[in-house]
Amino acid sequence: MDKIVDWFSIFWQESAEGTGTYAYTLLLGLQLTLEISVIAAVVAFVMGSIVGVCRTLPSPLVRRLSGAYVEFFRNIPLLVQLFLWYFVLPELLPRDIGMWLKQVPHSNFYTAAFGLGLFTSSRVAVQLSAAITSMPRGQKMAATALGLTTRQSYTNVLLPMAYRIVFPPLTSELLNLIKNSSVALTIGVAELTQSARNMDSYTFQTFQAFTAATLIYLVLNITITAVMRRIEHGVAVPGMLVAK
Amino acid sequence: MFSNFDFQVIIDALPYLFLQGMVFTLKLTLLAAIFGTIFGTVLALMRLSGVWPLPQIAGAYVNFVRSLPLLLVIFWFFFLVPFIAQKMVGSPRPIPIDPFLTALITFSLFEAVFFSEIMRAGIQSLPKGQVAAGYALGLSYTQVMRRIVLPQAFRNMLPVLLTQTIVLFQDTSLVYVLSLNDFLGIAGKIGQRDGRLTEMYIFAALVYFLISFAASQAVRRLQAHTAIIR
Amino acid sequence: MALSRWVLGLALFAMPGLAQAQDLTGTLKKIKDTGTITIGYRETSIPFSYLGAENKPVGFAMDICEKVVDAVKKELKDDAIKTNYIAVTSSTRIPLIANGTVDLECGSTTNNAERQKQVSYTNSHYLSESKYVTKKASNINSIADLKGKTVVSTAGTTNIKQLNERNQADNLGLTILTAKDHAEGFLMVETDRAAAFVMDDILLAGLAANSKDPSLYVISTDAFSKAEPYGIMLPKGDEPFKKVVDAATAEIYKAEGPALYTKWFGTPIPPKNINLNLPLSPALAKQFEAPLDSADPDAYIR
Repeated sequence: MDKIVDWFSIFWQESAEGTGTYAYTLLLGLQLTLEISVIAAVVAFVMGSIVGVCRTLPSPLVRRLSGAYVEFFRNIPLLVQLFLWYFVLPELLPRDIGMWLKQVPHSNFYTAAFGLGLFTSSRVAVQLSAAITSMPRGQKMAATALGLTTRQSYTNVLLPMAYRIVFPPLTSELLNLIKNSSVALTIGVAELTQSARNMDSYTFQTFQAFTAATLIYLVLNITITAVMRRIEHGVAVPGMLVAK
Repeated sequence: MFSNFDFQVIIDALPYLFLQGMVFTLKLTLLAAIFGTIFGTVLALMRLSGVWPLPQIAGAYVNFVRSLPLLLVIFWFFFLVPFIAQKMVGSPRPIPIDPFLTALITFSLFEAVFFSEIMRAGIQSLPKGQVAAGYALGLSYTQVMRRIVLPQAFRNMLPVLLTQTIVLFQDTSLVYVLSLNDFLGIAGKIGQRDGRLTEMYIFAALVYFLISFAASQAVRRLQAHTAIIR
Repeated sequence: MALSRWVLGLALFAMPGLAQAQDLTGTLKKIKDTGTITIGYRETSIPFSYLGAENKPVGFAMDICEKVVDAVKKELKDDAIKTNYIAVTSSTRIPLIANGTVDLECGSTTNNAERQKQVSYTNSHYLSESKYVTKKASNINSIADLKGKTVVSTAGTTNIKQLNERNQADNLGLTILTAKDHAEGFLMVETDRAAAFVMDDILLAGLAANSKDPSLYVISTDAFSKAEPYGIMLPKGDEPFKKVVDAATAEIYKAEGPALYTKWFGTPIPPKNINLNLPLSPALAKQFEAPLDSADPDAYIR
């Protein structure tokens, strides 16, 4: 018992960063991980939806552009994408805009959040367009026959159905996104993984620091999976296969 | 905007970038894909074996590893592997392990989880009758798996396995955080040394894009082929 | 290739009959048994340990380590010992020494009491203060001028720790970024991502001198710390190994310390043939004459 107490005592020590205990350092890291994930998830959902729909539209130009978007974000490693946004983009823009971009407070945080969001949006787009094209052609035809415009047939007929179909794969994309947010540490964001490393580099208690981070990721994953399962059952399309 | 873009920096760095960096990256990708598939297949067979506690162990491993970020796993292994090796051979002190080998172990164990899910799907997609027919012919479990189930599962799943290998190829860039000399690591180091990060990162992105894109196109073509066989 | 080396290493450990020199222990035994000594080097710690031409590690600390390796060879009476080089960063260097991957870390590691719980240090090879570099154009003339600004330091260094403490104590309201290594930290200032890069004065001088336009930068006169010693790290609690390394460094410092110093701090160095032009300080000259391995900055004021 004493051994266990001793093992954990490091977390209640005042951190070398002077901002509270090491447990608090890790919680701050978790907070950043969650903030990045929420922003990225919104960006991924919005951009993914737009691009996903574009991939199914009749216009060849729109299809080609949205196809290029997907290929761009899918074929470059996330880490390299973050470097492109963070180190390269400001140098290519006109000087004043580039300067402004660099000096926005917490620019690395926003770069990570939006970069991760765009990266994930290509995956959302692929899932969504696959769901739309997988639906019976009759649905689209019926909508057209009823006199709905393309826009109306998407918003009223195709999309509501498509979103219900892609819910399970989007859940696993959300879990991936949270894990991928750790890549933000490469541009200096002290998210959860980095705060464990910071704790490690001040205390040299590698096992404790990494175990704590591991447990937090595990709990986060289990919680989100459980919540999503609940919702999944509510939105599942009756008569269609649901992954249990 | 490209007025002071220095192509010479890239040209000068080409031998180092490709002969050392890209060789490291590709070696790591291919070896980790092979070991990952082998270990992944073992995990898949364990999960489907129905022999307590094998499915539970394999399932727990898969779910555990899947909920962790690769970066955290990389940090874990980088510090842990020398201690594990020490335990394994009973040496009095931690055993130094080559960084490439550490990376290989990490990626093999991590990616095995994803390969195992693919192989599991591949095995489950085969008609049950095939296995039953195998047993009826008097074949043992090992024979049924080795002669009937795994070759088909592997062939049917080859496009998905290859797609996962492309993901793995991109993931190897994360060894950047350990300052290893993979393709991105070298691009970054040269860029920082010469103050030409813009050029080096654009070039690195381009190379990753071309390789991943070409590979995924090839996989798509292969998929069209194998689809007919099924 | 790497795999076969590993298997060979395992085989050597597994077969006790092969282990020679029974009286050797710890690192010395390992070096003898495996026939290799592993040196950790830094990639951007100019001029101590960094990648020079053809991306080979060079520098003041690397020169010292090379001579230490010679001394180890002599001690073990084995000229065939090979040197293995591994790149380390500020955050990986201590764990890598602690877990036995690296035998000697040759760079710019501050020797302090806290780290001595994990690793040992041989005689110090430099004394440096923690300062910051800014662009001249940003008109920052003191630590107080940094108030509310974004500053960067390298992860895993004593500097970032002192910076955090100062930030809290003086209520500076800084946004502190962490860089993976020194070049990345300097890059943040170069690209205006951060107003200042807090680091050891000598490393700042090296980075600024090697930048595209050195005239743009100025290094502060304000310091975040006293002059602290740099030491080559070795595994903790390995007295026989430390004795060999200590004796070797003491001899090197006395015999050729000032000459080595001039080679790296007073003449043009690769990769860009820049001369740092830093004269030998009296405290360091004294350290070369009578080497110490103390972590206490005050011990060096002699």
